[in-house]
Amino acid sequence: MPKMTMVQALNMALRQEMEKDDRVIVLGEDVGVDGGVFRVTDGLIDRFGPDRVVDTPLAESAIVGMSIGMAVYGLRPVCEIQFSGFSYLNFHQIECHASRLRHRSQGRWTVPMVLRTPYGGGVRALEHHSESREVFYAHMPGLKMVIPSGPRNARALLVSAIRDPDPVIFFEPKAVYRAFREDVPEEEETLPIGKSLLAREGRHVTLITYGAMVRPVLEAADRLSQTDGIEPEVIDLLTLAPLDDTLLVESAKKTGRVVIVHEAPCSYGPGAELVARLVEKAFYFLEAPVRRVTGFDLIMPLFAREKAYLPNAERIVRAVKETLEAAA
Amino acid sequence: MPRTPLAVDSPLEYLAILDEKGEVDSALEPNLSQELLLKLYRFMVLGRRFDERMLQLQRQGRLGTFAPIKGQEASQLGAVAALEPRDWMVPCFRETAAQLWRGTPMESILLYFGGFDEGGRIPEGQKDLPVAIPVASQLLHAVGLAWAAKYRKSDEVAMTFFGDGATSEGDFHEALNFAAVYQTPTVFVCQNNQWAISTPRSKQTRSRTLAQKALAYEMPGLQVDGNDVLAVYTAAKEAVDRARAGGGPTFIECVTYRMAMHTTADDPGRYRSDEEVAEWTRKDPIARVEKYLAAKGMLTPQEMEAVASEADAAIQEAIQRYEEIAKTLGDPLQMFDHHFEEMPVHLLEQREELRRFLETENEEARHA
Ligand SMILES: Cc1ncc(C[n+]2csc(CCOP(=O)(O)OP(=O)(O)O)c2C)c(N)n1
Repeated sequence: MPKMTMVQALNMALRQEMEKDDRVIVLGEDVGVDGGVFRVTDGLIDRFGPDRVVDTPLAESAIVGMSIGMAVYGLRPVCEIQFSGFSYLNFHQIECHASRLRHRSQGRWTVPMVLRTPYGGGVRALEHHSESREVFYAHMPGLKMVIPSGPRNARALLVSAIRDPDPVIFFEPKAVYRAFREDVPEEEETLPIGKSLLAREGRHVTLITYGAMVRPVLEAADRLSQTDGIEPEVIDLLTLAPLDDTLLVESAKKTGRVVIVHEAPCSYGPGAELVARLVEKAFYFLEAPVRRVTGFDLIMPLFAREKAYLPNAERIVRAVKETLEAAA
Repeated sequence: MPRTPLAVDSPLEYLAILDEKGEVDSALEPNLSQELLLKLYRFMVLGRRFDERMLQLQRQGRLGTFAPIKGQEASQLGAVAALEPRDWMVPCFRETAAQLWRGTPMESILLYFGGFDEGGRIPEGQKDLPVAIPVASQLLHAVGLAWAAKYRKSDEVAMTFFGDGATSEGDFHEALNFAAVYQTPTVFVCQNNQWAISTPRSKQTRSRTLAQKALAYEMPGLQVDGNDVLAVYTAAKEAVDRARAGGGPTFIECVTYRMAMHTTADDPGRYRSDEEVAEWTRKDPIARVEKYLAAKGMLTPQEMEAVASEADAAIQEAIQRYEEIAKTLGDPLQMFDHHFEEMPVHLLEQREELRRFLETENEEARHA
């Protein structure tokens, strides 16, 4: 199996789906000749031509609004918003139309589109290029919200997203784009949207996370296992909406202790929903308060201080230890 | 029923005064003082050399991503020079030279692109907004500032900068429309540098000119040679004077070229040819001012060298100041500053949590 970065794996998913299905159209700013600023769409225009790989004018609302129209017609648009920090300009199209059209037309029209966009910090980028605002979309009824964590699951999830009959928001952790390689099979591979993944088996505590934070969480888990004999279980959500909590609840019942990690700001963040689910479904099994290790409730600082902003393995290790020391 | 031409007039013009060879159209030549001309020249040189030095620093890993201005010095400085200090300047992310003219210290720009939020500080008395990264978002602020100036019966003007790509965003159209409806004293300066990252102007809009977009909103619009500082200044001065006198907004398209990469994260070799860059290099805005000033007897080769070395010395000092200041900004807790006038309790708690974490992390590092 070829070893690929997440960028290459996503590129492969797009290429293979475009080969299989001529309804799949890629559009966005700089996705064609330039191959996308992160090169996720690299080479697609040479293979499929400018009618299927469309370099659009600079207008996010138009890109998404047009994708909605294309999707209603029966195409499978995969639009790219260059950075999630610019997706606010298209937010209105997603909130007012993409997420509602099936319901508003009582099933007559559907919006099988994918909105791909890089999110998150850790690559020394400019302002608006590092924030983590997935909750805006995860909160929105009528949408699916997917965040892969590595090359292989990114490829499999993107294929599923493209084939999904409903609108899917696909956030790509840009800190992971080229951070490591994984074996990715040439043959078709999909992953169900709405299922989380047991990324590490353990028994003392459950760590729940997703996206770019999966790596520091796994690093923390290894350290805890090696130096303290603590065996954390790690769950990688992969889909924030619809959130299937089966695995979380089972794991929390087993370990009795939970730490949630995300880089998005804490207040009203994804962790808040996870805590609520656990309290509703596993309260009597919890032996300590659920802890959150998150970004601060601040405007993401420019890159000189982004390291201090982002949760790291050390912060996670400490939170786990405190959770284990806490008595219910 | 009639089927007759609509009564839409097209007052659109193209303005050029100083050509590539340094020759000037004496009928159009503005009557600028030697002092202003030399100041414009000095800032063009400073802007260019500062930009080149930033690129080196970025390549050495001492600065983060930034957007070079090379080639756009005349567009920025010709326009901003038409403002008074009491006027407002609303930039996007590529206005380094305009920011310097307005009084932003070089070290602030270095700090900002060095990843420190402190670089966004606007000096007291300077009526500029900070760099706006979301394309076209800032145009509306210039309209709002100008509307407020009109409401307060002050004669201040607001000038805003943006690229050709920005003209595709909804915000651009909303800004021009509001400015025209309310007749706000706003000057829209579009730096048409031919590219929005990899998208050429021809794929950005079907309009043959950007200037003609002004027509749709019923405001004066014109195209100028953006590499000709005399033309840009003349157009901007007319627009500012009109705005100040209650004549409403103007849209100026500066036809120029982004000679370097889009940002330091971009590889222009993927989408444009060396020939195109070479062609525009011949239209360099600085070379032509040099010829013009030399012909007027205002600038000798020795003086040119002096301007360059003064600029280099100022840049070097600024870099030193930047590095000194950066050393004092090591405390990550400063990220909690300037979010609210009074820090809410949850932020006080989060800051304390981070403080304790960093303290013990450092201790551990010391013991290790
Ligand atoms: C709303 C928004 N969308 C996308 C981007 C990413 N981006 C940054 S600059 C740029 C191109 C801008 O082109 P133009 O307006 O012509 O200005 P120039 O960079 O050429 O000065 C893009 C797409 C952004 N900053 N803001």
